[in-house]
Amino acid sequence: MSYQFDFSFLYDYWPDLLAGMRLTIGLSVLSILFGFIFGSACAIARVHGGKTLRTIVGCYVDLVRNTPLVVQAFWLFFGMASMGLKIGAFWAAIITLVINVGAYTTEIIRAGLESIPRGQKEAADCLALRRWQVILYIELPQAVERVYPALVSQFILMMLATSIMSQISVEELTGAAYGIQSMTFRGFEVYVVVAVIYLVLSWLTRTMFEVIARIAFTRRRLRTPL
Amino acid sequence: MTALVTFKDVHKSYGTLPVLKGVSLTVPEGRVVALIGRSGSGKSTALRCINGLETIQSGTLEVCGRKLHEANCDLRHLRMEVGIVFQSYNLFPHLTVEQNVTLAPRLTGKASQAEAHEIARKVLEQVGLAEKAKAYPEQLSGGQQQRVAIARSLAMQPRVILFDEVTSALDPELTAEVLKTIEQLAQSGMTMVLVTHEMSFARRVADEIIFMHQGVVWETGDGSMFDNPQTPELRQFVGSGL
Repeated sequence: MSYQFDFSFLYDYWPDLLAGMRLTIGLSVLSILFGFIFGSACAIARVHGGKTLRTIVGCYVDLVRNTPLVVQAFWLFFGMASMGLKIGAFWAAIITLVINVGAYTTEIIRAGLESIPRGQKEAADCLALRRWQVILYIELPQAVERVYPALVSQFILMMLATSIMSQISVEELTGAAYGIQSMTFRGFEVYVVVAVIYLVLSWLTRTMFEVIARIAFTRRRLRTPL
Repeated sequence: MTALVTFKDVHKSYGTLPVLKGVSLTVPEGRVVALIGRSGSGKSTALRCINGLETIQSGTLEVCGRKLHEANCDLRHLRMEVGIVFQSYNLFPHLTVEQNVTLAPRLTGKASQAEAHEIARKVLEQVGLAEKAKAYPEQLSGGQQQRVAIARSLAMQPRVILFDEVTSALDPELTAEVLKTIEQLAQSGMTMVLVTHEMSFARRVADEIIFMHQGVVWETGDGSMFDNPQTPELRQFVGSGL
């Protein structure tokens, strides 16, 4: 093997990678934020909603969790375009990711909601709280705290899955890397660097969620000193 | 003396199992009534009917002027006037003691943020836990948690408080501190209904003791009924405790 490793050319392409990284972060933040809100709403609907609502949410969750993300993205981007509804690549990516992470979040938070002891709801009811107040102030915060590690794992998977959006021409990190690779034919170096960037992003995401946990779940501080 | 709670021939069953078979009793304002009896005698179920946690199937039940036997009874407003304390405390673990106490007054519009804060200070002082306002429930002993639960109930300024075997999960020492709090409440004139297994406590604190047996009120009296039971069932129940 006489391959000469050379990373120096990446200096020239660094702006491309940086732009891709920014897009990856943008996609991740938006899809996690809205996916979490959407997933929470769906989980509440699935636990507390009427039969029709529960069935609709159940179908949505099953449909999304049993089909590949790339197919969902293609359907939204190419499929909708062929029907005459043109969605820009970036927004098609955001919508796909929100729908996707929303489905997984629904299931995770539903598990959390169902694990809350009945006495909690009973006590809240007996304090004359309204139904939405019980959900918002008693059930949801405890549910999220209980399933937090599972949620964070899911969100990190989501961050990594934004790479699939390169398939619908979103020039995020993986898309940018492909561009550089096809111009320089130095796939090894490019993807080593890209992998390291993803690794750092994952680590940053995890750290950020740990910080959020420390702020949001105050009583955890009692157990685990910083 | 007005009656805050009036049962008239109340029936209730879980599926085919009858639990209350024609219960009639009244709780006058300012009085402490203790419900005693064996497990399965219906005393807890009767208590839970008072704030609508259980629905009755026939008879009439009036609480604070509201008719619980009517389908359109507004439970939320009823519960602003009727507090309850549970055997398992059921404090909200993600909230501090103070937040546990102020949550309901704030959310139900009974008090502003500042007023709720003042209420919390007052009721926590009343149960002797003012210094624990910033603590979380898991940092407290069972007895302290139960006293916070009592404070949480008091913060709504209810007209009557229900106690559902509130010391059954506690050791004798912690039981004593919770009973002391309840006794002080009784002296302050709070109307209370207690389901309890603490016979000597019932005897000391209750104005009226109701012995339930097989889903009906079997015998009623004051503390002296233990010395002189009128029915063989009460005699046996009292005897088994000695």
